[in-house]
Amino acid sequence: MSVPGTTGPGATPPGRRQRLLGELRLWRPLDLAGVAAAWLVGLLLVLVAGTLLLYMGYKGLQYVNLDLLVSRPQPGSDQSQTGGILDPIVGTLLIIVIATAIALPLAVGAALWIVEYGRPRWLARVVESGIEVIAGAPSIAIAIFGLAIFQLPLFGWASFAADGGGVFGRSFIAAGTVMSLIALPSIFATTREALQSVPRHVREASYGLGKTRWATIRRVLLPTVRPDIATGTALGMGRIAGDTAIIVLLLGATLQLQAGSDIPGVGTLQGTGSTLTSYVYNNSPTGEGNAPEKAYAAAFVLMLLIIGLNLLVAFIGRRRAGNDLPR
Amino acid sequence: MLRRLRRPLTDRRAEQLLGGTAVAVVLVIVAMIVFIAISAWPSFQHNGLKWFGSGGDVDAELGEMVNAGADPSDEAYRLRAWPLVYATALTTILAVGIGVVVSVLASIFIVELAPPRVRSIVVPVVRLLAAVPSVVYGLIGILVLVPFVNDHLISEGQRESVAYVIPLTGPGLLVSVVLLTLMITPIMIALIVDAMSAVPRGWREGALALGVTQWRATMSVSVKAIRPAIVAAAVLASARALGEAIMLSMVSGSKGFAPQPWDGLIFLFEPLRPLAATIAEQSEGISAPALKASVYAMALVLLVSSLFLSVGGSIIKRRFRVGTAR
Repeated sequence: MSVPGTTGPGATPPGRRQRLLGELRLWRPLDLAGVAAAWLVGLLLVLVAGTLLLYMGYKGLQYVNLDLLVSRPQPGSDQSQTGGILDPIVGTLLIIVIATAIALPLAVGAALWIVEYGRPRWLARVVESGIEVIAGAPSIAIAIFGLAIFQLPLFGWASFAADGGGVFGRSFIAAGTVMSLIALPSIFATTREALQSVPRHVREASYGLGKTRWATIRRVLLPTVRPDIATGTALGMGRIAGDTAIIVLLLGATLQLQAGSDIPGVGTLQGTGSTLTSYVYNNSPTGEGNAPEKAYAAAFVLMLLIIGLNLLVAFIGRRRAGNDLPR
Repeated sequence: MLRRLRRPLTDRRAEQLLGGTAVAVVLVIVAMIVFIAISAWPSFQHNGLKWFGSGGDVDAELGEMVNAGADPSDEAYRLRAWPLVYATALTTILAVGIGVVVSVLASIFIVELAPPRVRSIVVPVVRLLAAVPSVVYGLIGILVLVPFVNDHLISEGQRESVAYVIPLTGPGLLVSVVLLTLMITPIMIALIVDAMSAVPRGWREGALALGVTQWRATMSVSVKAIRPAIVAAAVLASARALGEAIMLSMVSGSKGFAPQPWDGLIFLFEPLRPLAATIAEQSEGISAPALKASVYAMALVLLVSSLFLSVGGSIIKRRFRVGTAR
């Protein structure tokens, strides 16, 4: 990260550091206090994050074992009998896949339209501020909106309907679809910024060769911005994996995956289940399960997943910095 | 058929297709606001502006709604949501207030003070803190911070002095605000660091050439130049803090109680429950029409305030971008 106006030792000629230290003695106490406060806050942040990570790591390694990861959760009042966290892990992955599959085409399509077409102008502005609204909307509000939608008789197929005609409205389809709204803004933002940074002459060269606009998008622009789409998607996946409100409201929070109908595969999607986040929530002392050890273990796995996605983002970023030119 | 699909799209078809996705996104948002507003209407209809007022016990009123069953009387819709609104405002304002100070100082540290080697640690750390799921913060809060507050910070005298109003058991305002601050600070730091790095080098050098100290140059040039970005960051962070449901439902104590600042130190330990956490907890009983309307009304209040905040924040941010483009 190159930052203008820095005073790090790497940027200073030798001797200046001593002079700065000498100068510090002449500073007003208030200024010195300011510098001290800034250092304190910076180091405190590192300390807090470090403590958090080490603590989660310690608790996680203490309670995670292979058996826990591959066995299904069981109802029980004692922590030793409540089984493992296989279903929440599967649930998390399922939700990530469903939500990303919906969000990716929508976000990339919207970004392409905004940058490459964007007419009429007012509509483009409406789309942009609309996505900003989603980005700022509380996920609990999005969740409760999803509940209203999926409880409509129209969407009875997405979960299961009771005998009286009431629709349950909670299923993997419902949660995944609503969750796509959480991932959409970050994919949209990175894709749009990447498209805007592709120089005009690249497009003009493509038109000059007789390619149509769609062919230019398909063969030139999309391959160029692919790493950015990947970055945005990984960020979005992190947000999906970490969101709890939508899962708590829309996945039914059953301990195991419960099929909603007899059709294999589809039945699971129509059924209820849990994810790592809702598992942690329900097994914390505030939830019904109250199994702190299991909650720590699940939170540890969740953190690993999130850190993995973050490393992926960093890795894509570094690789892109290595070869900047589009092939 | 398949071959027709595989053929390249014509330009017009492509524009329609891409435009369609964009419009679909907008339609979803409009549907969201309309749906929530329609579902919320009965609650506002029965309560009017008194919805935001105080009086009565919120938790009792919510319980009454569940008991009222499928065909509630007008009486059952009664809701005075002031403690919840107040709890939302209180946690948000406190967390953002502390967060602004912390994140400005941290940004100065990252951009101006830290040696490159330290900076290369702090930046990923901040990114990581921003990515930690709220439920993990909540878990640490309820399993580590709450017992600590309960065992070491609340004295027996304090407990007894308010025992007839509210039991103090650890979860409450202090833990909520600490964790909320920790959650929103990384978001603010990211925005402020971006803005601060974009301040032209010459501005600072001009100040230094006039003989001010480095700290003065930072405060009077860099920080002053990015004031709009700081405001924008604070606004966006408050939108985030308003909507935090899960973490706050875990550590806030989950009582429809309005902490009183004139209670002194006890104020910090008093339990509360913001709107978002209430929605998360009451969503189970949503089949009761009265409760459903009330829960959607809370969601509408949150949605509208976060809408104003994020639109306001982006306007400030845009104006700022024009300002530095020169």
